[in-house]
Amino acid sequence: MHEVLLAAGPLRHGTVPLGEAIAFWVLGPIALAGAIGMVLLRNAVHSALSLVATMGCLGAFYLIQQGPFLGLVQIIVYTGAIMILFLFVLMIVGRDASDSLVETLRGQRWAAALLGVGFALLVAIGIGRAVSPVTPTDLNSPNAGGNNVHSIAALLFTRYLFAFELTSALLIVAAVGAMVLAHVEREGPRPSQKRLARERIRSGRPQPLPGPGVLSQHNAIGTPALLPDGSVARESVMVGSMESQEERQALPTPSAGEGGFE
Amino acid sequence: MSPYYYLVLSAALFTIGAVGVLVRRNAIVVFMCVELMLNAVNLTLVTFSRINGSLDGQIMAFFVMTVAAAEVVVGLAIITSIFRTRRSASVDDANLLKY
Amino acid sequence: MITAHGIQSYAWLLVAIPAASALILLTLGRAADKWGHLLGALVPVGLFVYAVFLFFSVKGQSNRKVDLHMFSWIPVARFRVDAGLLLDPLALVFVLLITGVGSLIHIYAVGYMAHDPGRRRFFGYFNLFVAAMLLLVLADNYLAVYVGWEGVGLASYLLIGYYYTRPSAATAGNKAFFANRVGDVGLSIAIMLMFAYFGTTSFAGVFGHFGHGGNATTGVATAIALMLLLGACGKSGQFPLQTWLPDAMEGPTPVSALIHAATMVTAGVYLIARSAPVFDATSAARTVVTIVGAITLLYGCINGAGQDDLKRVLANSTVSQIGYMFLAVGLGPGVYAIGIVHLLGHGFFKAALFLSAGSVMHAMNDRIDMRRFGGLWRVMPITFFVFVCGYLAIIGFPFATGFWTKDKIIEAAFDKGGTSGYLLGIIALVGAGLTAFYMTRALVMTFLGKRRWEPDVHPHECGPVMWLPMAVLAVLSLVGGWLLIFGGGVQEWLTPSVGPSVEAGVHTVSKPVLTAITLVVVALGIAGAWVAFGTRTIPEEQPQNVTVVTRASRRNLYADAFNEAVLMRPGQWFSRALVFFDNRGVDGVVNGLSASFGGGSSRFRRLQSGFVRSYALSMLGGTVAVIAVLLAVRFQ
Repeated sequence: MHEVLLAAGPLRHGTVPLGEAIAFWVLGPIALAGAIGMVLLRNAVHSALSLVATMGCLGAFYLIQQGPFLGLVQIIVYTGAIMILFLFVLMIVGRDASDSLVETLRGQRWAAALLGVGFALLVAIGIGRAVSPVTPTDLNSPNAGGNNVHSIAALLFTRYLFAFELTSALLIVAAVGAMVLAHVEREGPRPSQKRLARERIRSGRPQPLPGPGVLSQHNAIGTPALLPDGSVARESVMVGSMESQEERQALPTPSAGEGGFE
Repeated sequence: MSPYYYLVLSAALFTIGAVGVLVRRNAIVVFMCVELMLNAVNLTLVTFSRINGSLDGQIMAFFVMTVAAAEVVVGLAIITSIFRTRRSASVDDANLLKY
Repeated sequence: MITAHGIQSYAWLLVAIPAASALILLTLGRAADKWGHLLGALVPVGLFVYAVFLFFSVKGQSNRKVDLHMFSWIPVARFRVDAGLLLDPLALVFVLLITGVGSLIHIYAVGYMAHDPGRRRFFGYFNLFVAAMLLLVLADNYLAVYVGWEGVGLASYLLIGYYYTRPSAATAGNKAFFANRVGDVGLSIAIMLMFAYFGTTSFAGVFGHFGHGGNATTGVATAIALMLLLGACGKSGQFPLQTWLPDAMEGPTPVSALIHAATMVTAGVYLIARSAPVFDATSAARTVVTIVGAITLLYGCINGAGQDDLKRVLANSTVSQIGYMFLAVGLGPGVYAIGIVHLLGHGFFKAALFLSAGSVMHAMNDRIDMRRFGGLWRVMPITFFVFVCGYLAIIGFPFATGFWTKDKIIEAAFDKGGTSGYLLGIIALVGAGLTAFYMTRALVMTFLGKRRWEPDVHPHECGPVMWLPMAVLAVLSLVGGWLLIFGGGVQEWLTPSVGPSVEAGVHTVSKPVLTAITLVVVALGIAGAWVAFGTRTIPEEQPQNVTVVTRASRRNLYADAFNEAVLMRPGQWFSRALVFFDNRGVDGVVNGLSASFGGGSSRFRRLQSGFVRSYALSMLGGTVAVIAVLLAVRFQ
C-alpha cells in the first residue's frame, strides 16, 4: 500500500516528509473550512455535504499517517455509509431541513463562542506543554510484518478480541433498536385493494396527487407543486407537514427565494 | 513539519464541533457536529499512534468508528420517531422534560 | 422465714380477686350496672373473711414470717426479681385493716352512691384500689411494692376525679397526681440505689446488708432512707408534699374515708416501718422523719382550725395524724409498732368521722359548708353518735382509741431524751391540744347550736346500709385502741417485722403525769373551742375581720401560694419561654432554612429549562473547567 500513497512516508528526525507536509497544508484548511461550513450553513443538506468534505480530508490524513486501513474505513464507512444515512434522514425530515438564524436561547451563542475559544486554547496549551519533549517515532516497525492491515488484524483478533466481540453485540443491539424505534405499528387490518379503490373513487379525486416540485423551481420533497396558474398545490406534500405549515403562516410564493418556504 | 500540527488541527475541529452542537437547532445537524467531534478525536488517536510507534491508537480509532456508527443509527431512528410525532426536528422543540 | 402452706398458699387471691372484679366491672360496662355494686361490695367482705383465717393460720406458727413465692418475674442475668408475697405480721395487720375497714366502707358506699349513675364505675375503681393496696402491703420486694404504689396512685387519681365534669375535681385529681409523682420519683430512686448497691430489690436481700454483718455504709443507708421518705411524703401527704390531700376531698366521701384517711395515705408509714432495718442504720434520716412528722402535725392542726368545709377539716386532721405516725416511726427502733398501732386506731376513727361527714353531706344535698349546718344532732342522732365516738377517739378522751395510741406517741417523743425529745414532745402535746380545738369546733358547728340550714334542705337520717357500717366503726373507735394496746398484744405481734417494742426504762416525764398534762391540754383546747364557737352565734358567711393566724389557716398556711409562686409560676414562665423559643427560635431556623431552600430551588430549577443545548453548554463549561484544573495541577 505504501506504493499507492505518495505522500506517506517515515518520519525523519521527528518531522514529516515534504510530500506529507504539502498534503497537510492543502487538506488541513479544506477540513477546517468544511467544519466551519457545516456549522454556519443554514441548509442542513449543505452542512452534510461540507461535513463529507471534512471527513474525506480526515480519511486522507489517516492514509498518509501510515494508517491505510483506517483511512479507507473512514472513507467507506463515514462518507460512504453514515453520511448517506444522514442525507436519507434529512430527506425524510424534508421541509424542516434548514434552521432559522434567530437564536432563541439568550446568550447561547456568546457563551458557546467563549467556551469554544477557551476550550481550544486550553487544549492547545495542553498539547504544547505535554508533547513537546517527546521525539516522535514511527509506525515502520509495527507495520513491518506484512502490512498495516495484517498488523491491525493480528491485534484485533488477539489482544482486542473481547472488545471486538462486544462491538459486534453493540451493532446488533443498535440495529434492533433502530428498527424498534422507527417501526410503526399498523392500526386495524390491512386495507384491501378493493377497499382502497372504492375509497379513492369516493374521495372525489380519482387521479393521483401531484408530485412535489412539479412546475416549481425545486424538486425537493418539501417543496410543494405549483398548479398551472402558479398557485400552490397543497396536496403535493405530506399531509402532516402541510398542517404544521398552516399553523405557521400562509405559504409564500415559490419565488420567495432559495431557502424554500421557511 | 512535526506531526503535532495534526493535533492542533484536531483540537480546532473538535472545538468547531462542540460550538456547532451548542448553536445549531436542527437535530440532524447537531448529530453531524457530534460526528465531527468523534472524527477529531480519531485524528488525535491516529496521530498519537504514529508518534508513539504503536498500532493501539488506530485500533481504538477503529472502535470509535464502530461506536459512532451504532450511535448514528440509533440517534437517527430517534430523530425520525420524534419527527413523526412532533413534526419538528428542532432540539429546542423537544423541551417537555423540564421544571 | 418459712414457706407458705395450706391456706396461706392462696394468698395471691387477695390481689387477684379484686383485680379481676375491677376488670369485670370496668370492661362489662352498662351490662353490669344492675349488680356491679353488689359484686364490688362482696369482694372485700370475702377477702376479709379469708384474711381472718390467714391471720390465725400465721398466728399459730412459731415463725410468723411466711414467704409465698409465685413466679420469677424479671430474670435478667445477675438481676432477678421474683414475684412473691410476704405474709408477715406487718403485712397481715394491714391486710386486716384494708379488707376490714374497706368492707365497711364498701357497704356504706352501696347506700351512699345509690343515686349516682356511675356507681358501677365507682366500685370498679374501688376494687382496683383494694387490689393495688393489697399488692403494696403483701409484696416481698420493693419493685412489686412500687407496682402497688403506682396502682393506688392511679386509683386515687381516678376516684378524686370521679366527678370529672367538675373542674375543681379534675384539678384536684391532677394536683394529687403531680404531688404523688414527685414522691414516686423518690421511691424509684431508692429502688435504683438498692439495685446499684446491692443488686437486689427483695426485702430479705436488701435488709441483709444492714444491721449485724451488713456491709452497707451509713451514707448508702441515709441516701436510700431519704429517698424512701420522699416517696412516703408524697403518698402520705406529708410536708412538703402535703397540699394535695385536702384537695383530694373532691372525690366521693367513701373515697375520702377509705383512701385518703384510713389506708392509702398511711402507705408512707407502712413503707418506713417496712424499711425499719434501713432506717435503723441511719439516725440522720430518722431525725428528718421526725422533723417532717412534727412540722406536718402542726401544719395539719393549724389548717384544720380555719376550714369551714367539714371534709377539709377532717382531711387536715388526717394530715396531722399521719404526722404523728411519722413522728413515731421516726423515733426509731422500739417505736415503730406504736406508729402502726396509731395507724390502725386512726383507720377506725377517721373512717367513722368521714362516714358520718358523708352522711351529713348526703342529708344536706351534698353541701359541706359547716356554717350552714348546726343543730343536726336532733335530726341525725345516729350520725351524731358516730361522729362523737370518732371525736372522742381523735382528741384522746380517756379510754377511747386516741387516748391509748396517741398518748403513747407523745410519751415516746419525750422519752427520746435531750432537747430534741422535749421539743418533739411539746410539739406533739400542742398538736393534741389543737386537735381538740378544731375537732370541737367542727362538732359544735355541725351538730350543735342553732340551725343555719339553707332553706331548701330537709336533713334526714341515712338508711341502715349506711349507718350499720358507721356504727361498727364507732364502736371500734371507742374500744379499738384499748384492744390494740392492751397487754402490748399488737406490739408483740409486730416484733418479727419491725423489731421488739422497747419502752424506755426511765421516763422523762412519768406516765401518770404526762397523761394528766395531756388531758389538761386537751381540755384547754376543748374549752377554747367552746368559748369561741359554742357560746357565740356563728355567722353564716365567713367573717373577714379575723386574726392573721385564722387568715393563714384558711389559706392552708400559704402552702399552695408558696407552691404556686416558687414551683408553678417559674415552671409556667419556663414553659412559655420554651414555647416562645420553639416557635420563634427552633421553628424560625427550620422554617427559614426550608424557605431559603424552597426559594433557592425554585430559582435553581429554572436552570432545568428542558433545552438540550443549554445542558450541552453547561457540559462544555464543566469540561473546560476540568481541563483547566488538570493543566493547573500538572503544569504549575
